[in-house]
Amino acid sequence: MKMPAPDEAVLARRDELITALRVIVPGEGVITDDLELSVYESDGLTAYRQRPMAAVLPETVDQVSRILRLCAQIGCKVVPRGAGTSLSGGSLPVVDGIVLGLGKFNKVLEIDYDNRCVVVQPGVTNLGITNAVSAEGFYYAPDPSSQIACSIGGNVAENAGGVHCLKYGLTANNVLGVELVLMNGDVMRLGGKHLDSEGYDLLGILTGSEGLLGVITEVTVRILKSPETARALLIGFPTVESAGECVASVINAGIIPGGMEMMDKYAIEAAEAFCHAGYPLDVEALLIVELDGPEVEVDYLIAEVERMARECGAENVRASTSEEERMTFWAGRKAAFPAVGRLSPDYYCMDGTIPRNKLPIVLRRIAELSEHYGLRVANVFHAGDGNLHPLILYDANNPGELEKTEEFGSEILKLCVEVGGVLTGEHGVGVEKRDLMDTMFDEDDLKHQQRVKCAFDPDGALNPGKVFPVLHRCAELGRVHVHKGQHRFPDIPRF
Amino acid sequence: MPDIIKPTDVDQTREAVAWAFAENKTLEVRGSGSKISLGRTLAEMPVLDLSALSGVTLYEPGELVLTAGAGTPLRDIQKLLSENAQRLAFEPMDMAAVLGGDKGDGTVGGMIACNIAGPRRISAGAARDHILGVKGISGRGESFKSGGRVVKNVTGYDMSKLMTGSYGTLGALTEITLKVLPRPEKAWTLLLLGLDDTAAIKALAQAAGSSHEVSGLAHVPQGRAARSGVSYVRDAGCAVTAIRVEGPGPSVEHRLASLRRELAAFGDMEELHSHNSAGLWQEIRDVSLLTQGTQLWRLSVTPSEGARVVNEIANVIAGVETVYDWAGGLIWLSLPAQDDAGHEIVRASVNNVGGHATLIRADATVRRKVPVFHPQAKPVADLSRRIKEGLDPHGVFNPGRMVDGL
Ligand SMILES: Cc1cc2nc3c(=O)[nH]c(=O)nc-3n(C[C@H](O)[C@H](O)[C@H](O)COP(=O)(O)OP(=O)(O)OC[C@H]3O[C@@H](n4cnc5c(N)ncnc54)[C@H](O)[C@@H]3O)c2cc1C
Repeated sequence: MKMPAPDEAVLARRDELITALRVIVPGEGVITDDLELSVYESDGLTAYRQRPMAAVLPETVDQVSRILRLCAQIGCKVVPRGAGTSLSGGSLPVVDGIVLGLGKFNKVLEIDYDNRCVVVQPGVTNLGITNAVSAEGFYYAPDPSSQIACSIGGNVAENAGGVHCLKYGLTANNVLGVELVLMNGDVMRLGGKHLDSEGYDLLGILTGSEGLLGVITEVTVRILKSPETARALLIGFPTVESAGECVASVINAGIIPGGMEMMDKYAIEAAEAFCHAGYPLDVEALLIVELDGPEVEVDYLIAEVERMARECGAENVRASTSEEERMTFWAGRKAAFPAVGRLSPDYYCMDGTIPRNKLPIVLRRIAELSEHYGLRVANVFHAGDGNLHPLILYDANNPGELEKTEEFGSEILKLCVEVGGVLTGEHGVGVEKRDLMDTMFDEDDLKHQQRVKCAFDPDGALNPGKVFPVLHRCAELGRVHVHKGQHRFPDIPRF
Repeated sequence: MPDIIKPTDVDQTREAVAWAFAENKTLEVRGSGSKISLGRTLAEMPVLDLSALSGVTLYEPGELVLTAGAGTPLRDIQKLLSENAQRLAFEPMDMAAVLGGDKGDGTVGGMIACNIAGPRRISAGAARDHILGVKGISGRGESFKSGGRVVKNVTGYDMSKLMTGSYGTLGALTEITLKVLPRPEKAWTLLLLGLDDTAAIKALAQAAGSSHEVSGLAHVPQGRAARSGVSYVRDAGCAVTAIRVEGPGPSVEHRLASLRRELAAFGDMEELHSHNSAGLWQEIRDVSLLTQGTQLWRLSVTPSEGARVVNEIANVIAGVETVYDWAGGLIWLSLPAQDDAGHEIVRASVNNVGGHATLIRADATVRRKVPVFHPQAKPVADLSRRIKEGLDPHGVFNPGRMVDGL
């Protein structure tokens, strides 16, 4: 993975930078010690590591603003970091920059039940929000599997998703407002407790921008009252096709389940061996469908989905009859990554999205590729919204195997795009898929995105080397080219 | 009469914009023109009419996705969806009652450009929450696209959201892909009768904080309720507070019964079933219960503060009429015409509680003078200006429609 060449002039000013940072953040908030810095060397994409010049852990917005201004002056790059669980290398440091950690921004600032929202600092964990309101029966809906660890700031930056997003929306649909600091030190509020923000949808463009536009220092999210009940169906299918058909029937019938997850045979076996959830082992695909709402609705829909499943050829259908059983159904799915991880020294988690009805073709092609590369794959699938997580098993100690795995991964993602899908559904582009961006976007598309980046961060100092295969200089992007012939009015109907 | 340039395909659209860019001409971007009077008054300039970029190019009900040319009439899209028991869940309002013109004339591009939503905003979100992808031409005369046709997608910046609600000032959209959703089996409404604004908002907040997945939370004060076409509402003789529940049959009945119990302390109740329920929500959505011909504001505020904001304004300006939606978070407020549309008073009251106010209807002269959109804090205004300059450096599109000089 190629990162932009470090700026020697900036590296040479490391001492000066650190002294200045210590003036802004006194005490232990500036980390320069090699051993302590090693914590910040990589994120959830552990194959990549880089040591930053320093890590800074500010505690106030004013400090964040001053740090960014200082870095802008010196030309030092800044990589914002929440909990460092990114699976795309989003918070991978750069050598000639600092890591700006939001770990100390860990307070729940306000719980407002009258307006069904919570105001938190960005370092609060996703689950921390739900925990803060669960006593009153509320919760925060988007639930990435990493929710114990990942921060809400990181969720906004990645537009994180989770099992519940099928029914309740992604992070983008559940964030009402943020406080944001730009590289020039400007502090601004976007949105608030009201439902829509005025002017351009800056909150919309910020969500999922992977730390390239600004540093989020406060987040207001919408909370919901927990449903009265939830029940899950565990359904085994003789073929992937029949499972796919069942997903389509459910959606076509107008049912949007609270969650609808699929696992293939290999994933089922791994999960069952790991946590004995009682998954059937004689099936090719397993579907977990969760229905939530009042009991009458849930019972009614459980029966409907069960009927559809049988019509699609399901052989093995179980409906949870207790909360404990429902949790057991989920246990295997929730532990699917570590369960697969146990079967192999390393695994690589992919994250493409495809139109749902392309699932059988895509799984077939993945199986072929698996054979070709000689690497095993387990597939876990957010079936309701087409987000596919193939987990490729490999051993980094075998020379060349990581490279082979990455190549295989790229092939899978290209396949997703080829069938009408996209490179990443929720994990972000980061460094990982940066060089694949041209499979979805042409030069002009990417330039327009970068022009938005320039409006926020004209020197490209925030999180460089991520998302864009080539980061053009803003001066170049701003240049105005007029092509010959454009001065003539084209041959278009005119009235 | 200004020139009207009417491209029939994407290439022609790009050529037209490239020409304007090269010649330093400005263009008024138009779908069907149904929302022409929304926003600041534009100078006279050539019109880029996108209504010929019309037609649904992809609709896969099972995949919950629809792609259409930006000029496609919303009416056509809604008909198609309805035939498949689907809908646009964000319930886009029809602005004909407010702005004039014929119902259903708006285009999908116009809907996106104005980020239109309706009562279901509280549970389903607005247009910006349902747009999956766009194609368009930037002010540089270059094509760009963003997003795709799937719901889960974080590949690159979400330019589709940026375009949504930009009132045609950042790009001429040529194609739009939307998420569509199944229409629920049943929609019923619980009416609470005779509540004042403050009590109504309390009741709505309680319903919003329940687990009943309510999809509409509105309050129609007495005089406005009397104008309803739904007899139960018209003849109630008092204010009505409406709570909508949608879903499978048994679920709706159960949820409504629960809400009745939980809100019993608020007094008299009534129920509206399918047809009547739909009728009332359409009136609320389209703001057809307010006196027409007056100046009209749309206030988006912290929901619990809705009644307070209205009180403050009504204390200073006589003849204020309101309808509340979004549990108090959306206030439609009309007032007798005045030169400054009462903007300082309206905005000061909104600023006190957090939110923003848009002047939806007023004479062209008023909309030239009074900021139609809520003035922004400097860092936000500066950032927005830089975005505009990046995507439309010559200011080709709709100059001045949102902000003076931009
Ligand atoms: C086991 C496991 C399971 C996972 N499951 C899911 C899942 O189900 N769904 C899902 O969507 N993701 C999942 N992820 C990925 C990851 O947890 C999410 O992307 C999460 O949102 C990252 O949050 P974080 O706090 O760890 O951010 P980090 O990894 O620290 O940073 C992620 C990105 O956000 C930026 N960033 C962080 N904080 C800020 C801030 N305050 N301001 C500006 N930019 C910031 C960083 O620069 C970086 O680009 C999983 C990860 C793991 C390890």
